[in-house]
Amino acid sequence: MSNIDLSISIGNLKLKNPILLASGTVGYGNEIAQLTDLSKLGGIVTKSLSLKPRKGNPPQRIVETPSGMLNAIGLANVGVDVFIKEKIPFLKELNTTIICNIAASSIEEYVECVQILTHEETIQAFEINVSCPNVKEGGLIFGNDLSSVGRITEKVRAVTKKPIIIKLSPNVPKISEFAEIVKKEGGDAVSAINTLVGSAFDIYTRKPKIKNITGGLSGPAIKPVAIAKVLEIKRNVDIPIIGIGGIMNWKDTAEFMIVGASAVQVGTGNFINPNLGNEIVEGLYEFCSKQKIEKLSEMIGSYQI
Amino acid sequence: MLIENSVLESKKQLGERIYQIKLHSPKIAKLVKPGQFCNIKVSDSDFPLLRRPFSVSNVDGDYISILFDIHGEGTKILSEKENGNVLNILGPLGNGFNFLGDYKTAIFVAGGLGAAPFPLLAKHLNDKAIVSFIGARNKNFIIQEDLPNPQISTDDGSLGYKGNVVELLSNYIIQNDLKEFRIFSCGPNPMLKALQELSKEKNYDCQISVECAMACGFGICQGCPIETSDGGGYKLVCKDGPVFNAMEVTL
Repeated sequence: MSNIDLSISIGNLKLKNPILLASGTVGYGNEIAQLTDLSKLGGIVTKSLSLKPRKGNPPQRIVETPSGMLNAIGLANVGVDVFIKEKIPFLKELNTTIICNIAASSIEEYVECVQILTHEETIQAFEINVSCPNVKEGGLIFGNDLSSVGRITEKVRAVTKKPIIIKLSPNVPKISEFAEIVKKEGGDAVSAINTLVGSAFDIYTRKPKIKNITGGLSGPAIKPVAIAKVLEIKRNVDIPIIGIGGIMNWKDTAEFMIVGASAVQVGTGNFINPNLGNEIVEGLYEFCSKQKIEKLSEMIGSYQI
Repeated sequence: MLIENSVLESKKQLGERIYQIKLHSPKIAKLVKPGQFCNIKVSDSDFPLLRRPFSVSNVDGDYISILFDIHGEGTKILSEKENGNVLNILGPLGNGFNFLGDYKTAIFVAGGLGAAPFPLLAKHLNDKAIVSFIGARNKNFIIQEDLPNPQISTDDGSLGYKGNVVELLSNYIIQNDLKEFRIFSCGPNPMLKALQELSKEKNYDCQISVECAMACGFGICQGCPIETSDGGGYKLVCKDGPVFNAMEVTL
């Protein structure tokens, strides 16, 4: 039993297991740490940071949809300075891998954020959010444009030696082309997928249910889309993939790994069950032990088509 | 803040669509303060996906009670639960009412289901006089269980004063020349807004408990912002509230 190896590697980033908690679903770790043991997870990805604080979108920001939810938070965050002064000291003590997510409105801002934060020992890798659907500047303007994603990867690569993960948008015709350019420009991995653009209207008032009109769809409703996108990348590009999209249990995680994900991120599931990450780790361990799998990493891309 | 699987002990129908349930939640019962809430998973499946937030209405030993009306799919499922069913509860969440201080009279202002948090608050106010102002559309929506000294208003006049509860309160304070009081309120936004305006004008000491759609209930999803009245940004209803000083936020 005790010789099952759940650890995985993404470039030179080593994780004790493939379970990460997704950006925007764990804040900066302090609240959820009261409800789950973050040190037993592969790691956490902190809420998208921009150079200066952002207050985010006006309410209503979220609405529940069938097996999912729409959100348009608008990248509300404390900004780099406050993050370093007030959030890093807590994150430092967590004994888990900290991946810092960056969202910016210009290529220069991405570079400046990473340039500052790369000196923080606590941060072990960067996830670059080029795919937020809920802000006017940046976000999808970059995420839907191949050359922008390429240039952001190249420029950020030039200012840090730490692993760079580019978080890709599913709102594109061919996601593998984006993964290809990330690889070409020196990115270490891609995470897929960010939320899908969606909307919901009230039939009585005829108004959108969220103020931003459109939001990002997440939750179990998007899992099949995410599985298809991860598989598409795996079959076309040789780059580590972090699978994201509607993971609610260990079986979903195993499915993502089979189609090619080296690790996964649990997102919306944390809102419902803040201990979900650890339950998935336990479930995977039991699965491996029953299936006589000695190294969980054997599962990655083991699909039979 | 913790997660507790809680057995439904009893269910009582208080009105056409209004229910009170009692749950065996010894850990939450021990921790909860008046005005705090719980986030309840009403099904074991992905539908509905999110938890549903409810004020803790009262505590009786190891039991907590929740008051709700059938508002949508989630509360409909909750209303169909039977004794012995287990509910997964996250709580207690948020900051409750600040009821400590030198005031002499506690004034409750409850609009419809906004009556929910007051029975528990009343239990913590042993040394204060309490007057409960309860307003609703009509008499079928008036909830006055465990509310001391009720003063009732209905929009249609089917019970008590005909008109809104804030008018009733305002008249009462003047007629009784009430001083050294603190207002605690919970209810629909138009009522809270009217109360906010009255409190500003008369400089009343007033706390409001607000409602907002939320996903997590403890600050990680950032889905429940409320604008601060200084224009400086947003606070979160779940984590910074749900109780705010009436002067602190813009409704």
